Amino acid sequence: MISAILILATLGITMGTLLGIASKYLAVEGNPLQQEIEEMLPGSQCGQCNYPGCTPAAEAIANGDAAITICPPGGKALVESLAEKLGVSVELSDVEEKIPTVAYVHESLCIGCTKCFKRCPTDAIIGGSKQIHAVFADACTGCEKCYDVCPTECIEMRPIQPTLQTWYWPLPNKEGEKMAKAA
Amino acid sequence: MKILDQMKLFKIRGGVHPEDCKNFAAEQGIVDLPMPPLLHIPLQQHIGAPAQPLVKRGDLVKKGQILARSQGLVSAPVHAPTSGRIMGIGGYPAHHASGLLIRTITLKPDEKDQWGKLPAVASDPFQLLPQQIAQRVADAGIVGMGGATFPSAVKLNLRKRYHIDTLVINGAECEPYLTCDDRLMREKPGDVLDGIQLMGHALGVKSTIIAIENNKPQAQNAMFNAAKDFPDVKVVGLPTRYPMGSEKHLVQTLTGKETPARGLTADLGIVVHNVATALAVHEALRFGNPLISRVMTVSGQAIKKPANIRVLIGTPLSHLVDFCGGFVSELERLISGGPMMGQPLPSTRVPVIKGSNGLLALTVDEAKSGEQMPCIRCASCVQACPCGLLPLEMAANIKAGSLDASVNIGLLDCISCGSCAYVCPSHIPLVQYFNYAKGELASRQQVQHKQGETKRLAEARTARMEAIKKAKREAMLKRKEEMKRKKEQEAKKQKEQAEKQQEDKVEASV
Amino acid sequence: MSEEAFISGPYNHSKASISKTMGLVMLALVPATVFGWYQFGLPTIFLFVITILTALLAEAIALKMAGKPVRTFLMDGSAILTGWLLAMTLPPWAPWWIGVLGAFLAIIIGKQVFGGIGQNLFNPAMVARVALLISFPLEMTLFTSPAPLYSQHSPDLMQSLAITFPGLLTEAQSLDGYTGATVLGYLKIEIGRGVDLQQALGSTEPLWNTFWGNIGGSMGETSAILILLGGLFLLYKRIITWIIPVAMLGTLGGLATIFHLVDPQTYIGPMTHLMSGAAILGAFFIATDLVTSPVSVRGQLVFGAGCGLLTFAIRTWTGYPEGVAFAVMLMNACTPLIDHYLKPRIYGRDKKGQPLIYNEEGGKS
Repeated sequence: MISAILILATLGITMGTLLGIASKYLAVEGNPLQQEIEEMLPGSQCGQCNYPGCTPAAEAIANGDAAITICPPGGKALVESLAEKLGVSVELSDVEEKIPTVAYVHESLCIGCTKCFKRCPTDAIIGGSKQIHAVFADACTGCEKCYDVCPTECIEMRPIQPTLQTWYWPLPNKEGEKMAKAA
Repeated sequence: MKILDQMKLFKIRGGVHPEDCKNFAAEQGIVDLPMPPLLHIPLQQHIGAPAQPLVKRGDLVKKGQILARSQGLVSAPVHAPTSGRIMGIGGYPAHHASGLLIRTITLKPDEKDQWGKLPAVASDPFQLLPQQIAQRVADAGIVGMGGATFPSAVKLNLRKRYHIDTLVINGAECEPYLTCDDRLMREKPGDVLDGIQLMGHALGVKSTIIAIENNKPQAQNAMFNAAKDFPDVKVVGLPTRYPMGSEKHLVQTLTGKETPARGLTADLGIVVHNVATALAVHEALRFGNPLISRVMTVSGQAIKKPANIRVLIGTPLSHLVDFCGGFVSELERLISGGPMMGQPLPSTRVPVIKGSNGLLALTVDEAKSGEQMPCIRCASCVQACPCGLLPLEMAANIKAGSLDASVNIGLLDCISCGSCAYVCPSHIPLVQYFNYAKGELASRQQVQHKQGETKRLAEARTARMEAIKKAKREAMLKRKEEMKRKKEQEAKKQKEQAEKQQEDKVEASV
Repeated sequence: MSEEAFISGPYNHSKASISKTMGLVMLALVPATVFGWYQFGLPTIFLFVITILTALLAEAIALKMAGKPVRTFLMDGSAILTGWLLAMTLPPWAPWWIGVLGAFLAIIIGKQVFGGIGQNLFNPAMVARVALLISFPLEMTLFTSPAPLYSQHSPDLMQSLAITFPGLLTEAQSLDGYTGATVLGYLKIEIGRGVDLQQALGSTEPLWNTFWGNIGGSMGETSAILILLGGLFLLYKRIITWIIPVAMLGTLGGLATIFHLVDPQTYIGPMTHLMSGAAILGAFFIATDLVTSPVSVRGQLVFGAGCGLLTFAIRTWTGYPEGVAFAVMLMNACTPLIDHYLKPRIYGRDKKGQPLIYNEEGGKS
């Protein structure tokens, strides 16, 4: 019995020492995960996640301080890829697929105050001081920063309409729905 | 006893054998439709970029006049089906399941049906160079009329990049109910053959094969007799099986070779064209007529008088339905094309387009939708799939949200033929899952692309801001320097002045 | 037109449906079942009816608890078929509670806890049979010699009720006068005792009887010819493919032949293997169960061969005389793995999934 105790104790001490050495010399510097997550985020620094930009948000997600569902512009596709990267499982039906919107300036109400184009993170608004402003729809990400500051409330967030090129078949009626109706 | 050209045929995997229901319209000869009150001609009836309008509201146009020109390499022009006045160019419901609007030219016929000036025709088109033939085909706006609507001239020009030695004419018409190609071959075999040979000349092929399914013996006979004098044209009978009309599987049946994934049949040296396309080529090269009409089958048990009709492009479907006696029984589904791969239509307002080969009005019994049950893994779909895929697994993955997993087992190789959903005992809408997934993946790619662009723009802006700040800082430093120098100068000046004053004072006191 | 907005094609359908499939399988089982009723008399009929009714009841309870529409799923015929197959593999004079317990196990544990139809990993009837065999070895191995209906030996109504419901109506009767071992059971015991195989075979039923069914065993084990006819009917109707039956019986027969040639004294010959026990029933009705067998052709070959191999191994080298139930369940456990690795080749791609390449002369690379 003594021999058994001795053997196990030796094994434990040896393995513990090895692990300690490994944790010191084989440690990973910094957090490459954060870099990779940042690559995956949209990068428009819109702030809808309540972090001051995509870098701090990536850091929070990498540390586990933020859920992977915090980025509305990323949508379900982003949640799925983050879930795969971090190896967590996530209930996709909880993720709200935010309807993509694009800002639109109602020119009759615009006073040319330039507050909106200074805030736009992708320079999607054109216009100068005392001149009517307009939005490049292709560059707009729907982050709503301009919408928040416009003093005359002339900016409207319009949902992007499907075109013949973007329309596709929806998922078929879930069998559960149909079955439930029959029950 | 019919004698066809004998050729060794190969088997395709899977496939199904639906009831062909062609008896409703097969014996109806092609009739012309009376002129409708309004024509709606969409600017995009083909794969590729939409055509660019050349007319505007109020213009008077003649029959065959070009209304919109092609844009870019993969595109096709659109011509006026009859003479009349342009009422407007704007959004109109598209010939599409979604019911969304598409830019459409509305033409009011003036009842005179006058031809405009057509391009000069060569007395012997076979003397033309292949690229000239292709150019005339492009100018006539001819697209693949089997439903795919790929611009035919682009396909004819494939000889530039690939070594093409065989032209295959797809006379399979494997979809149930449809009989338009069958009637065309029976009634105009000479014209169809002429078009085929012109295409063969344009491609520079050594041999031509006209492949017709065995459920169309009269068409086989007619084409065989027409082609008797041409040794390099063979008429071959195909086993009646769906999807024999799929060009990849047609080529496999005829040659035993599979088209490489993500590739074209041109990789095998073969180009496939539809029978109606051949007729359009004949019309364009012999008479200079652009593509302004086509033959369509109107069928189904909910329509009073099924028929094969030559319609002008742009005719509203309601006009067609009225001509065929209207709907008789309870209409369950209105379908453009055949029942296997056809699109449901939102209403009969939509116009006929270059690719509409059929209009089906199906009753409840014909549409045969059953109650959806869970998958029992019977693998009937695996047996039926002509592409060797696993429909049950792909659908299960898509249902669970793992689209990437479904791509890994071959979603992008699916041709959406519908054989799997046809045989499924649980009535699972497999094809809809696949179409959804393909659309969702395309949409995510677009989102990725947009995100890339957004990042680029955001970074550009940040860089711009930095540059402005930097410029400001440098300007500030410069000004500081300036100020310092000025101050020093001022100080020096003052010192000099003070010294001078001293000197003056001293002089004054002396 | 119907209200559902976006329903995609195809808009026609073959006449296939789940209830049709189940119905055809039941039809294929009818000849052997009726023969079994004839062979073993009224107690068998009682047991059969009890098993199927309990299966339906268990399914209804499970569906209700799961909140699924009861009527739709009961009508698809899968519960009845499971009960029927289970009854075919039970000893024909087993007491009623064997049938009831078996049906509950098959439906609830074998099918519903996995998620209902289409989701189970193991063949439900086999789950129940194996569970009963391990828990009640005595009742599950008490086989009788045939006592055809209307013959002298056949028990009358009161006696049959006493057999199926022992202890309820009368004193539990001893079945000693009726018992007889199955062919495989008898041979195993004899080989275990070291008796020469040829001698042992001599004192069992001639092979012809095994073929026609004048032997003891469960309902599905007796008449090989009727089961075979049923299986061929299923093949004709394309409910099953020939791959699994041929692979399973071929492997079983092949291995039996090899071993029998090597040592005829210890190893039972191929014809006996194929004709006795539930080999043919297993090959055509149990191993081919749609939900639990692989979907690709290559997968089915491996699956069938595996079933045949395991059946032979269990029959020959383990303590059980009959191995089909265990063999099928073990291979069912391998089905997801088989499905993962043995996928069909996609059109236009080679076996590894890369697009085909044709070289200049038109040959395939």
